[in-house]
Amino acid sequence: MLKAIYDWVDERLDITPIWRDVADHEVPEHVNPAHHFSAFIYCFGGLTFFVVVIQILSGMFLAMYYVPDIVNAHASVNYLQNKLAMGAIVRGMHHWGASVSIVMLFLHTLRVFFTGSYKHPREFNWVIGMLIFFVMLGLGFTGYLLPWDNKAYFATKVGVEIAATVPFLGPYIASFLQGGDIVGAQTLARFFALHVFFLPAALLGLLGAHFILIRRQGISGPL
Amino acid sequence: MGKKVSRRKFLTYTLGGTAGFLASGVLFPMVRFAVDPVLKRGAGEQYVDVNLTIDQITETPRSVEFTVHREDGWYVPEGGEKLTAWVMKDDNGDVVAFSPICKHLGCTVNWDSNPQFKNEFFCPCHFGRYYKDGTNVPGTPPTSPLDRYKTKVENGKLLIGPVEKA
Repeated sequence: MLKAIYDWVDERLDITPIWRDVADHEVPEHVNPAHHFSAFIYCFGGLTFFVVVIQILSGMFLAMYYVPDIVNAHASVNYLQNKLAMGAIVRGMHHWGASVSIVMLFLHTLRVFFTGSYKHPREFNWVIGMLIFFVMLGLGFTGYLLPWDNKAYFATKVGVEIAATVPFLGPYIASFLQGGDIVGAQTLARFFALHVFFLPAALLGLLGAHFILIRRQGISGPL
Repeated sequence: MGKKVSRRKFLTYTLGGTAGFLASGVLFPMVRFAVDPVLKRGAGEQYVDVNLTIDQITETPRSVEFTVHREDGWYVPEGGEKLTAWVMKDDNGDVVAFSPICKHLGCTVNWDSNPQFKNEFFCPCHFGRYYKDGTNVPGTPPTSPLDRYKTKVENGKLLIGPVEKA
């Protein structure tokens, strides 16, 4: 049945070559944990992506209940966490996944660094990876404010004050982040927009570039 | 026991099963979370004293405003949600309280509000009309009579409850 549907679509759209091109590629022996167990360090990049997928999914579902407004934000988070079935789990996935994704990303960076995989011709992919790192930190920073509790508020105060110490540009960066003179209603609105629209879009674009480059250049050789 | 499962088939099923297990573990909590409003029970019955004695009710429908407690997720309106009922006595002298929600597509009907249609409930959205007894006028959009609120009389005063299920 499933095969019949697939064949029907494939006959018309010729989709097989598309997914073959994505899925069929050689995994060299030195990165395959089945051959050398220590090769599990090569899994961190894929694991980071897996956690990012969970973040995107859980974030989409949280957005069904969350309201980015200083009157209702905390109440809506409180409601989705305590009054809804699985609310604590879905928010827990997003909360813990945020930390896990940074940890995985860091481990992936260490692996690339210590295997020297950032060297020619892969320098540019290292740069893209660093950009991904900063976007992920941005996602962490903007997401932290959204529950609009004391921790969120003061963490953002601190973050904005640190940004304000940049020479010359500091005050401008601070008012851009705040969207005004204080951390308040406008800050919450723009942090929400950054967190769910701008930064994820940037992240997906960069991830696409990251993956295209790794396919073009192949996995770096054994040590 | 005829057909043999090839190694490739076996591996495909194992891999697919594992992937499906992982995916369902991730997706189940999220989907359950999203459909929670569908599975939640509505609030129980509450009867509200609308500050109207029985002898104040005439045969002419009058609009009665009252408020019910409403929890809309994290938002609980102060003083409750405002509702309207069209209250009157029918031909037998029984108290009737019509819901003003049009049975066509949910706009709000008014009594005798359109000079073209005297002594009828009228809905401005699509010209839905109802006779005084709540029956929909044939040939207009509504397909059934206006809903009625459950009513009670206590100490000569009118209490309005939830809308009667047809």
